[in-house]
Amino acid sequence: MLSKTSLGMMAAALMGAALVGAPALAADSHAQPQPPRLSWSFAGFFGKYDQGQLQRGFKVFREVCVNCHSADKLAFRNLSEPGGPEFSEAQVKALAAQYKVKDGPNDAGDMFERPARPSDIWPSPFPNENAARTANGGGLPPDMSVLAKARSYKRGFPWFVLDALPGIQYQEHGVDYIAALLQAYKDDPPHGEKLDAGQYWNDIMPGNRIAMPKPMSDGQVDYSDGTPATMENYSKDVSAFLMWMAEPKLDERKKTGFRVLVFMAILTGLLYATKKRVWASTPH
Amino acid sequence: MSGPSTYVPKSAIGRWFESRLPLMGFMHSSFVAYPTPKNLNYWWTFGAILSFMLVAQIVTGVVLAMHYTPHTSMAFNSVEHIMRDVNWGWMIRYLHANGASMFFLAVYIHIARGMYYGSYKAPREILWILGVVIFLLMMATGFMGYVLPWGQMSFWGATVITNLFTAIPLVGDAITTWLWGGYSVDNPTLNRFFSLHYLLPFMIAAVVGLHVWALHVVGQNNPAGVDIKDIEKDSVPFTPHATLKDATGIAVFIMLYAWFVFFIPNFLGDADNYIMANPLQTPPHIVPEWYFLPFYAILRAIPSKLGGVIFMFGAIVMLVILPWLDTSRVRSAVYRPVYKILFWVFIACVIGLGYLGSQPPEGGAVLAARILTAYYFIHFLVILPLLGLFETPRPVPASIADSVLKGDTTELGKA
Repeated sequence: MLSKTSLGMMAAALMGAALVGAPALAADSHAQPQPPRLSWSFAGFFGKYDQGQLQRGFKVFREVCVNCHSADKLAFRNLSEPGGPEFSEAQVKALAAQYKVKDGPNDAGDMFERPARPSDIWPSPFPNENAARTANGGGLPPDMSVLAKARSYKRGFPWFVLDALPGIQYQEHGVDYIAALLQAYKDDPPHGEKLDAGQYWNDIMPGNRIAMPKPMSDGQVDYSDGTPATMENYSKDVSAFLMWMAEPKLDERKKTGFRVLVFMAILTGLLYATKKRVWASTPH
Repeated sequence: MSGPSTYVPKSAIGRWFESRLPLMGFMHSSFVAYPTPKNLNYWWTFGAILSFMLVAQIVTGVVLAMHYTPHTSMAFNSVEHIMRDVNWGWMIRYLHANGASMFFLAVYIHIARGMYYGSYKAPREILWILGVVIFLLMMATGFMGYVLPWGQMSFWGATVITNLFTAIPLVGDAITTWLWGGYSVDNPTLNRFFSLHYLLPFMIAAVVGLHVWALHVVGQNNPAGVDIKDIEKDSVPFTPHATLKDATGIAVFIMLYAWFVFFIPNFLGDADNYIMANPLQTPPHIVPEWYFLPFYAILRAIPSKLGGVIFMFGAIVMLVILPWLDTSRVRSAVYRPVYKILFWVFIACVIGLGYLGSQPPEGGAVLAARILTAYYFIHFLVILPLLGLFETPRPVPASIADSVLKGDTTELGKA
């Protein structure tokens, strides 16, 4: 008979050797600082957007971001929908009217410009990609509609597993990354590093070279609700706004999820009790 | 093992119908009177959980298809349209996307349960192989479904995987061009993937029908690994006993599913897939969905492209021939002291491969993936054939009723 301990140990040793060596050697050679984990009102089990924060974030978005970035999945009407910044419909109508969109052709076959309506999507700052690149030193400012979900950073083992668990539940990698990136500009690259024309140094950006110049500075955007007009707040608020734009149904999702879990917990309890009862007379 | 049909229609219409098409009697003998081993534990509820997931995926998928546009210029935006403008669209899409992961999670547990308790052994070889066919169809469906949102990972994943076919000698390029419907992954590819992604689940449903049929011919295996000998003593009627236990299992599984859908819906996805596909920009790391990672690791572990493809498909072939590789006459690991350990070593090996599949193929990760790939095949081709000859199993109970009395099979959780 084959000894079960020796066989088990052989196999375990083989596997152990394979697994212990792997992560250390596979780790990225250049260490990138990780974005700090910020506290967000929409994180966690009962999370929901902070309306005031979204409104401030929208102000930053409107005055700074959209000079270069498009947001082609955002319609003006979204800004008054529940679970968002929740401006009034009149406010949104007035806001939209400040922007011009191209429409047509009219009866004469001509394209024409008209004031935007709430049903229109947010007008893009550039007519096409080439125009956007030309105006931005060759770089293409990415569309911002789902940017907060399109950005992330690696947490590594074991965090990428733990982040899924109730109580820990960390899903705000994208906003943390964006908020950190906005504040990670350095005026000069570290000693020995060279930047090409149209490149800027950023500690958070992978590879540290970013085509976007430092987008804003303290005091640039007026806050009317008493929140200090600092880079830190701008970065946080606009990141929250981007998260809402990427995931506008988050409030509804978490609220529904809570009800689903409560319902399923009760149903599970009832099913288990019934099952116990039915099996009570059967040894198994 | 269909039980004696005790079905008697109660109404005149029922009798009239039954004498023309004995559908109710068939349902009754298959899902009510069907004798179920009384010692099944909760690991046996995954069959029902998988049936639930298949239906859930088809229902949510049919609704998504009503709003989705399979065109390279519109697919990405149509998915976002579903997320934003379709009533409850966000929920349907998250249910479907996470449902795929839940489906694979359940199928991996189901397969592992079969391996632990020797459910593939005679007379259940056909049942087992039909299961492997379902698994393959699921992989094809899952792969094509991931392409449909037309994000960066959709596009580049499709490019990497379809490129594998170019490794086939002589006809590889022709086959790949035929798969693509052109000379690269493009609109014709997206269109046919959508068509096939809609078709394959119904093929899965058909093979599931055969799988259940085969199951009902040979009867369920059970933790003791001995067949039902006395229906009275060894089994209970499927309804209400197994029905309620399965329902309980499904309800618990739905809670896990709901946790993913409502609270961490993008945890299993890749952030890059929220960037629209761009054939001119390759993402730094192209990683498939988590459920393909062990096979992806095997693919990359082999230095030659054709070799990698052969070993990757070989990993599935191992499952097909498993009934003839395992030489032990004892089914259940409960009575196989050495196999019981090596089973968990094998599970650790597959999880290790999965981890390595998610890492960039550099340095130690390559060596580790090669060692684990070798072990994967050694487990099937060397360990299992030899173990049956050298291992001394513990005495197997004479019957299910016997094993219940001795409390033999309590170790993996029963209730």
